[in-house]
Amino acid sequence: MTEPLLRVEGLQVHFPIKRGVFVDRTVGHVKAVDGVDLTIDRGTTYGLVGESGCGKSTLGRAILRLEEPTAGQVWFDGVDVASLRPEPLRHMRRRMQMVFQDPLGSLDPRQDVESLLAEPLKAHGLGGSGAEIAKRLRELLDSVGLPAAALRRYPHEFSGGQRQRIGIARAITVEPDLLIADEPVSALDVSVQAQVVNLLEELQERLGLTYLVIAHDLAVVRHISDVVGVMYLGSLVEQAPADALYETPLHPYTRALMSAVPVPDPVVEDARERILLSGDLPSPANPPSGCRFHTRCPWRQETRCDDEVPVLRELAPGHLVSCHWAEDVRDGVLQPRSAEQVAATQGVAVAATGTEAGSDGFVGGVDEPISYH
Amino acid sequence: MSAVGGAAGPVLQVEDLRVRFQRRGEVATHAVDGVSFAVAPGETVGLVGESGCGKSVTSLATMGLLPKRGVHVSGSVKLDGEELLGAGDRTLRKLRGKDMAMVFQDPLSSLNPTVTIGTQVVEVLAEHRGMKGDAARREAEDLLDRVGIPDPRRRLGEYPHQLSGGMRQRALIAMSLACSPRLLIADEPTTALDVTIQAQILELLRDLVQGSGTALVMITHDLGVVAGLCDRVHVMYAGRIIETAERRDLFARPRHPYTGGLLASVPRLDGGRGAPLTPIRGSARDTIPWTQGCAFAPRCDVALDDCLVEVSGSEVELADDGAGRQLRCRHPLTPAVPTAGAHP
Ligand SMILES: Nc1ncnc2c1ncn2[C@@H]1O[C@H](COP(=O)(O)OP(=O)(O)OP(=O)(O)O)[C@@H](O)[C@H]1O
Ligand SMILES: Nc1ncnc2c1ncn2[C@@H]1O[C@H](COP(=O)(O)OP(=O)(O)OP(=O)(O)O)[C@@H](O)[C@H]1O
Ligand code: SF4
Ligand code: SF4
Ligand SMILES: [Mg+2]
Ligand SMILES: [Mg+2]
Repeated sequence: MTEPLLRVEGLQVHFPIKRGVFVDRTVGHVKAVDGVDLTIDRGTTYGLVGESGCGKSTLGRAILRLEEPTAGQVWFDGVDVASLRPEPLRHMRRRMQMVFQDPLGSLDPRQDVESLLAEPLKAHGLGGSGAEIAKRLRELLDSVGLPAAALRRYPHEFSGGQRQRIGIARAITVEPDLLIADEPVSALDVSVQAQVVNLLEELQERLGLTYLVIAHDLAVVRHISDVVGVMYLGSLVEQAPADALYETPLHPYTRALMSAVPVPDPVVEDARERILLSGDLPSPANPPSGCRFHTRCPWRQETRCDDEVPVLRELAPGHLVSCHWAEDVRDGVLQPRSAEQVAATQGVAVAATGTEAGSDGFVGGVDEPISYH
Repeated sequence: MSAVGGAAGPVLQVEDLRVRFQRRGEVATHAVDGVSFAVAPGETVGLVGESGCGKSVTSLATMGLLPKRGVHVSGSVKLDGEELLGAGDRTLRKLRGKDMAMVFQDPLSSLNPTVTIGTQVVEVLAEHRGMKGDAARREAEDLLDRVGIPDPRRRLGEYPHQLSGGMRQRALIAMSLACSPRLLIADEPTTALDVTIQAQILELLRDLVQGSGTALVMITHDLGVVAGLCDRVHVMYAGRIIETAERRDLFARPRHPYTGGLLASVPRLDGGRGAPLTPIRGSARDTIPWTQGCAFAPRCDVALDDCLVEVSGSEVELADDGAGRQLRCRHPLTPAVPTAGAHP
């Protein structure tokens, strides 16, 4: 196997929490990213999911070194990014680009699209003569499905979906290898979201791009990813090929997450069993001991869960999970706590809604296979 | 119109609601353009559609919460038979909170940041139920408990910013429950929340409707939420209802090209990788005025010349379309069209 395009090892980003009137005192750390390992193969898409505040964006930014990691390494195309001096780093930065939720929201509204797109080219000393740049920009717009006339227009004149197309065009002007897209479609209407998802897939195929897609929408991530990583409080709790993750989610958190995603099909919705979690995400400044999910986990056990940190283990080829009891959870040896037991212990509810589902109804994450007619 | 409502009649009856925004020197926008629907006790009705189609304006007009200046509202909004449009501010204020309540996407905007949660809940109880002192306090605690806020006594002493987004939304729902309203309008109540928290809130709303017979209007752009929660669904486009159906009917057999397009656009968690999504072309900006033809025509794959008023001589009307259904389309998708989000 060739070297993966991106390899991340033990990556940590801890933000100091400062207090004090005259002198800033560090009173603790927000462990936004707390020891993440991942690799992304060339030409593939890695999808990163997890709840708000679990550290997805910080991880993406740390890979690009927009955020200084507290510890850990990032290898891009076999090179340790931290070892690079400014000039080669700038060079490498060209090969890694980012697409944001609203990429034009943060840009100068008085710049027209032409100068927005030409800027990165010039910044990296690419593009050549004026005529060559003009030709390149027209090709770019064409590849993201916008007319050349768009060059003369300003960001506010475009709809959200068109702005995202321009954002993608801006990211690919400099011919990167890796595109990190942070919530690229979450601000868009569904009909437009599908256009942008299709565009990303088409560009990947045509340009051989590698993607890290960060999104909270599990259905979108499942649709575009080869491998999916699930984050909880700064760490990966599960990682697997997309189909395996959705067919056999192993980590209790992944199961709860998937059972919570609404499916646009009443037949499925009525038959689903939901694993309702109690409470909210604990603070990453003061994460729970042992397994970080133990305060909300319906499968939590008396031993190990509260005081022993689970490590990522490979249970099936490429399928990693960090739960002490993953095998027993998978095999149904352990059952999630019921709503009644919950009230007595830590307030975790397993609620079945809709019509009766088999006792293993939630095993597939979304229920038994559905047939259409 | 009122296909719903048993013997008791609908809780809410909206007829031909129109809202026009008119700023001086600008062309008027018809944000809501002749919307009619009804909600029966214990029923959940969904208003669904893309950004800007008029969902929020419909709900604000219903609650009498639109600003007075530069806004023209007409039609009829009846709560238990009583006309609300044109009712005085005092009457409306009395009804809001007691008989009808609204939950917004951003709970922070409807909570007072300088007053503790407890005081805010107690205020509602005092104003609408005449409760005071310890009794009100105990009831407040009970309400927070009912919406699943752990350690309710402590939470009552906290300020809105000390609560997480999900907790705030629950506090707000607790306040709207305080008077067991006949009507609850929830405008994207879970859009800003994580899915696991969303699941908790939706469960809460389900219990509320089943338990107390509250009529619920659920406004959302999420077809998954609609599929799991609503009895009847109204799909809106450019200020008008374009299709109405019972939930299972709508997803199994979307008849309007826009509804069908929406369903083909959403990836499904239980769908496979690689099946391409079929987006609708263009965006909600690409509409034509209803007076010129079907507003969806510029994006519609099956549009024909007679979708334009110029050719047919008349606007496309919302018409009955079989049992419990209504449709505003000249060339509906045939029933044989693949069903809900039909990627194999
Ligand atoms: N510059 C910073 N200083 C201090 N804390 C930070 C900083 N940036 C992020 N954090 C904290 O780190 C944690 C992770 O944040 P991050 O933005 O990476 O989460 P996320 O998974 O992207 O969430 P979302 O889905 O809401 O975008 C959060 O608790 C956040 O408050
Ligand atoms: N106060 C206002 N003044 C002028 N126009 C307004 C005002 N409020 C809303 N509109 C316009 O009315 C139309 C409908 O808006 P509305 O907020 O009801 O959309 P929506 O369906 O709720 O969309 P979203 O999903 O984005 O919340 C939009 O075109 C909007 O720009
Ligand atoms: S280790 Fe224990 S608490 Fe953590 S996910 Fe597994 S069962 Fe739940
Ligand atoms: S009326 Fe015509 S343009 Fe409008 S949705 Fe139907 S077929 Fe399409
Ligand atoms: Mg983020
Ligand atoms: Mg709205």
